[in-house]
Amino acid sequence: MKRIYVSEKWCLGCHLCEYYCAFANSGSDDMAKALMNRRINPRIQVEERSGISFAVSCRHCEEPLCVKSCITGALSSEGGLITIDKNRCVACHTCVLACPYGTIMPSDDGMMQKCELCLKNAIGEPACVKYCPNRAIIYEDSAAPAAAAQ
Amino acid sequence: MKTKQYLIIGNSAAAIGCVEGIRQLDKTGAVTIVSREAHHTYSRPLISYLLSGKTDRQRMRYRDADFYETYGVAPLLGRTALSLDPAQKTIALDDGQTLPYDKLLVATGSVPFVPPMEGLDLVSKKFTFLSLDDADALAAAVTADSRVLIVGAGLIGLKCAEGLSGQAGSLTVVDLAPQILPSVLDEGAAALVQAHIERQGVRFLLSISAARFENGAAHLTDGSTVPFDVLVLAVGVRPSVSLAREAGAAVGRGLITDEYMRTNLPGVYAAGDCTESFDITSGERKPLALLPNAYLQGETAGLHMAGGGKPFCTAMPMNAVGFWGLHIVSAGSYAGDAYIKCEGEHYRKLVCRDNLLQGFILIGDVLRAGIYTALIRDRVPIDTIDFELIKDKPGLIAFSRRDRQKKLGVKPA
Ligand SMILES: Cc1cc2nc3c(=O)[nH]c(=O)nc-3n(C[C@H](O)[C@H](O)[C@H](O)COP(=O)(O)OP(=O)(O)OC[C@H]3O[C@@H](n4cnc5c(N)ncnc54)[C@H](O)[C@@H]3O)c2cc1C
Ligand code: SF4
Ligand code: SF4
Repeated sequence: MKRIYVSEKWCLGCHLCEYYCAFANSGSDDMAKALMNRRINPRIQVEERSGISFAVSCRHCEEPLCVKSCITGALSSEGGLITIDKNRCVACHTCVLACPYGTIMPSDDGMMQKCELCLKNAIGEPACVKYCPNRAIIYEDSAAPAAAAQ
Repeated sequence: MKTKQYLIIGNSAAAIGCVEGIRQLDKTGAVTIVSREAHHTYSRPLISYLLSGKTDRQRMRYRDADFYETYGVAPLLGRTALSLDPAQKTIALDDGQTLPYDKLLVATGSVPFVPPMEGLDLVSKKFTFLSLDDADALAAAVTADSRVLIVGAGLIGLKCAEGLSGQAGSLTVVDLAPQILPSVLDEGAAALVQAHIERQGVRFLLSISAARFENGAAHLTDGSTVPFDVLVLAVGVRPSVSLAREAGAAVGRGLITDEYMRTNLPGVYAAGDCTESFDITSGERKPLALLPNAYLQGETAGLHMAGGGKPFCTAMPMNAVGFWGLHIVSAGSYAGDAYIKCEGEHYRKLVCRDNLLQGFILIGDVLRAGIYTALIRDRVPIDTIDFELIKDKPGLIAFSRRDRQKKLGVKPA
């Protein structure tokens, strides 16, 4: 399955991925309207400290502990894509407690949201990858990692 | 070749994990589920959300309506297994049927523990709170002016209180322990959560127990009397082991299994609340009545029944729960050196011992807690990461560059 990989060597710490993520999942076609004057809740988040930065989003684990731990069945795997049915989530945070990467987080309404590789929204391909100005985020088949991000 | 006969007693988290485990490897074997409860598989923790109207019968299904069809499972719902014959490899049901198996999973879950209490048989409106049927019965008994007395300030008792909040006249919780949630929280965290719950109108009577009941009143050990209309008994749960024990299965504090979830009876596995687990953080064998543990054990059993899989050896207590909007997550055990930070309704405690994170409690700000859980689960030596950096805010930045790259980057060519 194609997954997102990040390289801290190329990450500029510009946070553009966060804005494009929030926009891609806003359902709006006007970036300014979707993001202006709002606290955004992106599904990819940049960690940074003293010159190091890198973006973190769901790894779409082969052994997804979030799915196996979810107490309601809201999380599931669709052929390797780990998705959430927000309608069944009760915000118990069990998945937050289970995810080793800290990549499942509450959305604006408190229920959980996570990266679904933009396969469920209108963009259809990961917006963070598409708009990263320095190609620090790539989208590749894990079986054949061509470009070493080192 | 003869089709393999898989038989599962139970229809909850452990049972579903088993089905999903079996089907990863065996698409054709015959899988049968027998369950006493006459319901499609549902999320047991959601019964309190059902009471409060935050979910409904459709949404509380643990798996989609077509689950049994999709996974090729024959469900026998509303049927109780009465006995197990390990020599003949059969189980007997309450309708007289005998079912054969090649591989059997016992996933019978928990039973409510009700200690003997004088006069309890005189109380007409008394309930336990473990099943969908319990929730339905309780909902039918409680009216807008019912005085509800809940015995037990553990997870189930407090979830029941939250579910009934705003629907009953008054809610009182009594517990013998000096603090609420004794198996999950330390004293400091418990006091904070208690104050939060009290602000929602729930009254607590702690370090007290009921000495005697009459219909409509509890006489407490401090000499006081609490009148009530509805009584909920939420003292605790015990592994449901009798069926397997009578067949000769070894029992400690729950059914004893190896790390593939095999019992001592050939072809018989056990998973979920009915078993005892080895807690990697305390080194104790004990029941862990928690849904993620039940699923993971069930899946491990299913994979092994189908001829594959790997051992499950990372069990530990893990709780995530919210009460009236206040989030609490915790994991592991709390013996060791503690880092504690407390600000308003935010509480943070991290416990280290032997150069390992052993446990934590977070209240309020619980974001990315799984990074801590992984440190415990993976037994990551604290001195190999920048632990100071993530005491207040978990992050992958604490790991070495190499480890971060392993976690997030493409494998170096
Ligand atoms: C109110 C409440 C809130 C909870 N909240 C949480 C929470 O927030 N987080 C968490 O991790 N856990 C929570 N739990 C615990 C969680 O529900 C259990 O750990 C989990 O359901 C265990 O799953 P299981 O498959 O082992 O057994 P159970 O869910 O107990 O299921 C047992 C199954 O066996 C069947 N059965 C039993 N005996 C027989 C028999 N003789 N013949 C046929 N069928 C039989 C029953 O019908 C049932 O289907 C909560 C529990 C309750 C009651
Ligand atoms: S949310 Fe976390 S546990 Fe779940 S698939 Fe993504 S990275 Fe893995
Ligand atoms: S917070 Fe939602 S998605 Fe996460 S475990 Fe709870 S119900 Fe499942």
